[in-house]
Amino acid sequence: MISSRERSIGLRQARAQRELRNRKDSAFAIVGLVATLVGIVMLAVLLIDIAQDGLGALSWTFLTSFPSRFPDQAGILSALAGTLWVITLTAAFAFPVGVAAAVYLEEYAARTWFSSIIQTNINNLAGVPSIVYGLLGLGLFVRMLQLERSVLAGGLTMALLVLPIIIIASQEAIRAVPPSFREAAYGLGATKFQTTWLIVFPSALSGILTGTILALSRAIGETAPLITIGALTFIAFLPDGLKSPFTVLPIQIFNWISRPQAAFHEKAAAGIIVLLVVLLAMNAAAILLRNKYQRRVEW
Amino acid sequence: MVIQIKPEQIKMAKPLGSPTTAEPTHPQDSVLEAEGVSIYYGERPALRDVTLSVRRNSVMAIIGPSGCGKSTLLRCFNRMNDLIRGSHLEGKVLFNGQDIYASNVDPTELRSRIGMVFQKPNPFPKSIFENVAFGLRINGFRGNLRDRVEHALRRAALWEEVSDRLGSSALSLSGGQQQRLCIARALAVEPEVILMDEPASALDPSATYRIEELIDKLKEDYTILIVTHNMQQAARVSDMTVFLLAGEERTGELVEIGPTSQIFTNPRDKRTEDYITGRFG
Repeated sequence: MISSRERSIGLRQARAQRELRNRKDSAFAIVGLVATLVGIVMLAVLLIDIAQDGLGALSWTFLTSFPSRFPDQAGILSALAGTLWVITLTAAFAFPVGVAAAVYLEEYAARTWFSSIIQTNINNLAGVPSIVYGLLGLGLFVRMLQLERSVLAGGLTMALLVLPIIIIASQEAIRAVPPSFREAAYGLGATKFQTTWLIVFPSALSGILTGTILALSRAIGETAPLITIGALTFIAFLPDGLKSPFTVLPIQIFNWISRPQAAFHEKAAAGIIVLLVVLLAMNAAAILLRNKYQRRVEW
Repeated sequence: MVIQIKPEQIKMAKPLGSPTTAEPTHPQDSVLEAEGVSIYYGERPALRDVTLSVRRNSVMAIIGPSGCGKSTLLRCFNRMNDLIRGSHLEGKVLFNGQDIYASNVDPTELRSRIGMVFQKPNPFPKSIFENVAFGLRINGFRGNLRDRVEHALRRAALWEEVSDRLGSSALSLSGGQQQRLCIARALAVEPEVILMDEPASALDPSATYRIEELIDKLKEDYTILIVTHNMQQAARVSDMTVFLLAGEERTGELVEIGPTSQIFTNPRDKRTEDYITGRFG
């Protein structure tokens, strides 16, 4: 038996400890708020700075002109077109391959040491620095397959870069499909192929698309691998085919920012705004797609 | 003391030879037969040496405590256990006298003839119509899809409630309606047997009642195996009852099989009596 005295001492100690715990709690809330604000404030400062520099240079002419030696005539058209070409090609290669790989790994592959090695490698590939993909693209596509410094080589290199991300995102989306759907399909006499493509894939589609678009938005901002494979910095024409030379937004921005003239720096800031708008548009598309399919696919 | 059941709740089964496990019977009109079936998940046995046969157009209830292998037993009849990695089966399972684990049997064809309804209603995230039509489409049905869908929905006692909104999402239905939709989906493929894995355990009493009513009607055309935790339900809907046992060395052992009326009023085995009177499990 505990005496009432002991109990009251115990209670007093417990109260003191609780006060300490509560203080810790509010202290962490403040630290967390500061940490959050640091990120947001920095981003806001950055955006405001860019907007101040670039908004003046942003115009319809800027969007529809080729680069030029003269800052007042320089435009972003070829870089914007190059970015759209590269990203379209990247999606065209990486999406089918990535989804097929994810479906295979999740639905077909037996859980053996071999498949776990593949899985580990894919996870690691997602963290490989992009310049390494650039070197791979240079060796494989530009030199070995002799695609030259073409938009096709750029798209293929970028496809390699985003492939692991697309595979992992798709795997997660596929894993999130309730097993009960598969059971229901199998129970009706569906084959594995039918179950996978008629039930699992449509249910996972919103997650797969979201992952793919986010991976592509990462690719849009990448400069290093494209410089490595030799994308040009001065292109005064639009890509007219898969073998055409090209440049992309980040390379053009980098080119302008390294010029001594202040007028080019404004062009660079305007270019960054264009790049951000493209990125935001893609992320918005990801959200819209997700909402559209989630409304139909609920469980 | 044996659970009190009103006589009218009990479907009197026709006699089926000896009702105990000791002497398995092989009547001419049995649809499904298990002969010495044991199922292992890895090294762990989930079912031990079970022998039973299911008569055509009857309802057999599988009862027993959690983890006794009820679902495993149910799923060996449409080879759903095949989908579980590391499971393997010993013994023989016959469907209309044919060994369904023989190498020339296509499990997908088997599953189109032995339908299944699951514990939790699991309609596809598609329209009501597409849910019912799915089984027909994947099995290459060529004919009037609409008629077959309507027929299946009528059989599942759901047509009146959904006929004006076949295009709307199956997920907009209530839980009980969803489960009847799942039954319609299984019926559309025209199976001979329907396996039901605790079909009413996620439903409220009135939805449960409708499912039981339905089972009673479906019996005219189909053979039904139903796993249930609910003793009253087993007593109400089934003709025959199988009791499996759980626990260390005895998991998946068949203790007793017999006409439902006898199992519930005069069980031969003490353990059956203890279970149905709620002394364990």
